[in-house]
Amino acid sequence: MKKVKIHITLKEGVLDPQGKAVQGSLNTLGYEAVQKVRVGKYMELYVEDSANIEQQIEDMCVKLLANPVIEDYHYTVEEGVTQ
Amino acid sequence: MKFAVIVFPGSNCDRDMYHASKDALGEEADLVWYADANLASYDAILLPGGFSYGDYLRTGAIASTSTIVSQLKIQADKGVPILGVCNGFQILLESGLLPGAMLKNKNLKFMCRFEQLMVENNHTIFTTAYGEKEVISLPIAHGEGNYYCDPTALASLKANNQIVFSYVNNPNGSVADIAGIVNERGNVLGMMPHPERAVEALLGCDDGLKLFKSMLENWREAYVAGA
Repeated sequence: MKKVKIHITLKEGVLDPQGKAVQGSLNTLGYEAVQKVRVGKYMELYVEDSANIEQQIEDMCVKLLANPVIEDYHYTVEEGVTQ
Repeated sequence: MKFAVIVFPGSNCDRDMYHASKDALGEEADLVWYADANLASYDAILLPGGFSYGDYLRTGAIASTSTIVSQLKIQADKGVPILGVCNGFQILLESGLLPGAMLKNKNLKFMCRFEQLMVENNHTIFTTAYGEKEVISLPIAHGEGNYYCDPTALASLKANNQIVFSYVNNPNGSVADIAGIVNERGNVLGMMPHPERAVEALLGCDDGLKLFKSMLENWREAYVAGA
């Protein structure tokens, strides 16, 4: 079993209204050092081990998990914990 | 003319779309469950608004993986008119039938109200009943209607006259005020505002009816007048 951690964020240059709202709130709380916030998604996939797991994850990201028009993704594959 | 209104789990403007084509326009229409659909016998396909699959992951993303999308692509290649409104537009984007993607509204609010639109292209099969640069009023109802495409895609949309409707007062932050676009061939239209909710005076406005009338008139011209 492998544990795949996938992070999806809006591409640089794509407006992130949620990020802007969160940044505004942090600034209001006094954290004025925060200059920019990008809100994204985090997913964990537990996947049966296979030789081409990296390619499969890549395909999953492009076909469904991320929208390449607006989003970037990156992932890491680790040993999964036995549940 | 026979319309198919595709119903996904979570569609909620399907009845409005059915009412617009069946009652307001006076043509044949079927509500078609996405999993059972055979689209081969329909003259036009309508993808209604709503929240297909609860909008999980991204709006329209899960619906775009359903098997009906391969049928949609076949019908689109044949030149069958396909209209996607709101969530239907989002499904067309996620399916790759139209370019671009949707972001959350710039102000992060769900907006439900009438907006003024300009008819940017009245030479499509969906808009010939409108005047050139006619300003019309249609309801919007969306939280993620902020249309985005990169500058290259935008230049291509402009060069091919694919921008069909634009907002007079851009409510959601869409690139170039875009409210609706067609594919290059011109037979697939996606738009965020709801023409099916404005097809008779009783609904507050009938500016949307001309869109359905355009589809009917152009279909008659192509398939009936020439027969």
